[in-house]
Amino acid sequence: MSDPSLTGIANRLVADAGAQRRRGLAIALLMVSIALAGAGLAAGSDGWSWPWFGDADTRLILEQIRAPRTLGAWLTGALLGLAGAVAQGLFRNPLADPYLLGSAAGASLAVVLVLAGGSLGGVAIGWSAAEGLARLGIVGAAFVGAFFGVGLTLALASGAQQTPRLLLAGVVVGVVLSALGDLVSTAAPEALRGKQAFMLGTTSFLGWSSVAVLGFGLAVTLPIAWHLARVLDALTLGEDSARSLGLALGRWRTVLVAVLALATGLSVSQAGLVAFVGLAAPHLVRRWAPAPNGYTLVASAAAGGTLLLAADVLARSLIAPQELPVGVVTAVLGGAYLLWLLRRRRFG
Amino acid sequence: MPIALIDDRGQERILAAPPLRIVSLLPSLTESVCALGGCDRLVGTDRYSNSPARVRALPKLGGIEDANLERIVALKPDVVLAAPSARVIERLESLGVQVLVLDSKTHADVRRSLNVLAAMLGTPAAGESVWATIQHDVERAVTGVPAALRGQRVYFEVDATPYAAGEGSFIGQTLLRLGLGNIVRPEDGAFPKINPEFVVRVQPDIVMALQRSLDEMPRRPGWARLRALRDGRSCGFSNERYEVLVRPGPRMGEAALLLADCLASLVRSSR
Repeated sequence: MSDPSLTGIANRLVADAGAQRRRGLAIALLMVSIALAGAGLAAGSDGWSWPWFGDADTRLILEQIRAPRTLGAWLTGALLGLAGAVAQGLFRNPLADPYLLGSAAGASLAVVLVLAGGSLGGVAIGWSAAEGLARLGIVGAAFVGAFFGVGLTLALASGAQQTPRLLLAGVVVGVVLSALGDLVSTAAPEALRGKQAFMLGTTSFLGWSSVAVLGFGLAVTLPIAWHLARVLDALTLGEDSARSLGLALGRWRTVLVAVLALATGLSVSQAGLVAFVGLAAPHLVRRWAPAPNGYTLVASAAAGGTLLLAADVLARSLIAPQELPVGVVTAVLGGAYLLWLLRRRRFG
Repeated sequence: MPIALIDDRGQERILAAPPLRIVSLLPSLTESVCALGGCDRLVGTDRYSNSPARVRALPKLGGIEDANLERIVALKPDVVLAAPSARVIERLESLGVQVLVLDSKTHADVRRSLNVLAAMLGTPAAGESVWATIQHDVERAVTGVPAALRGQRVYFEVDATPYAAGEGSFIGQTLLRLGLGNIVRPEDGAFPKINPEFVVRVQPDIVMALQRSLDEMPRRPGWARLRALRDGRSCGFSNERYEVLVRPGPRMGEAALLLADCLASLVRSSR
């Protein structure tokens, strides 16, 4: 007789514990982000300092370099975290990352074409394309390239309806476009170092204009993704069940792919191919606070921002005034964390 | 008469006679061989070697990472000249091709390479004579640097991501010879990747870079406030001239003169 109510209490207790964990994670991410923002303003080329008591030059560095770089790193990480959570939900695959649909390869091909621009005169392929892209600059070219890559993937998969088709097309487009990129950089060696910086990810040159673009991107993609979280929730039951719930899967999946492409394209255009943030952030969130996709999406964005900002602060402070490539730091931080999770056998 | 050479791996290479067929896999070594009078004996180069003009007609055999093993072997070279990082070295040696590994990071390296190559070509005295020409040009450049600029701190950009040339590099050494300082501390190495904020904070007196990079510098966050850029105290170099500056070879004297030319024009234009 008392069983149902006991179960009810037990369920509520479990739910409460879940809610508590979710709240705990949200607060932790907020506090760590604020602490890191402070560190981001204080960490510079002369080690740690409190720049707000300085002369005009110091204030300029604070306002024009450290502040936008700190905010920009967080926003870039947030877009990648969001894109990672969308990708993992959409493909129901914990290994999915934001670069899956050809955006990374498309963006790096475009960047290499721009960098190689001047010297490809003798090479027939891509010359006019390179000239057009050069006018856009590296940022614009990366964005266009990322969308080109995703568009090509969608075209090859004839839409976003079938998951295996989409993934396979993404892999093929990725391989072919990065091979083309390698071909161009072989012909124009001066593009190599710039390409390397792009492939490793860089937060060095994020200014206020980058922050505006990234902030706008997050303001557009996060609400849409949050709104479509129920589609991802339904998808966890399998595509057939989701369809039987009466969801217009095809349309919503296309919108989610667009969100994925926009978030990834913007982050890649501003900061290059930062490794691992998009893969690690959703795992971090699901490990600490398993929740429906709405919470996971938002928290993954916050976790991604926190991770990339932490990596940025380390990258510029560890061997100041020299810098480490930020993508190397994210890979080491995120990779170490995931390995630790794996060792505890509570991964997932 | 056999020639015994010690290359930069510390290995002794014995050649039965001065090589008649030489492959060079590094632009600075190509230039060195030609400066030493061995240009006729080159039968192939890496794809980036473009100076002197006559080497452009030679077969191009790839780069450091992707040298074309088969074509190199088919050219039947008596010796292959390569940088230590070239991946093809091991395969070439296992196929019985003589490889001379030469490393050029500093002025002293360049001098040593020139001497090794001169000995290899059978004209041992030519090494010091090419080195003397370089020194002569550097000395000429030193006298061309306006006294007002002595001790000014230079930011020499090697790459826009950004990498700087420090005092330990051959570029930094040339700047030092010209009486100029450097914004990068010697302990940060030859070509450190630096925090862009560092450049703004230390405010270099003079900025040197590819013209293309110089043009986009004001668009980097905070860089519009670099006093050197605002006051036009900068040297932008065309691709061809920049190539002379960043190759550790016999054109280092020419490089010093290019730098001195720019420095002189800075003082002229500020009058």
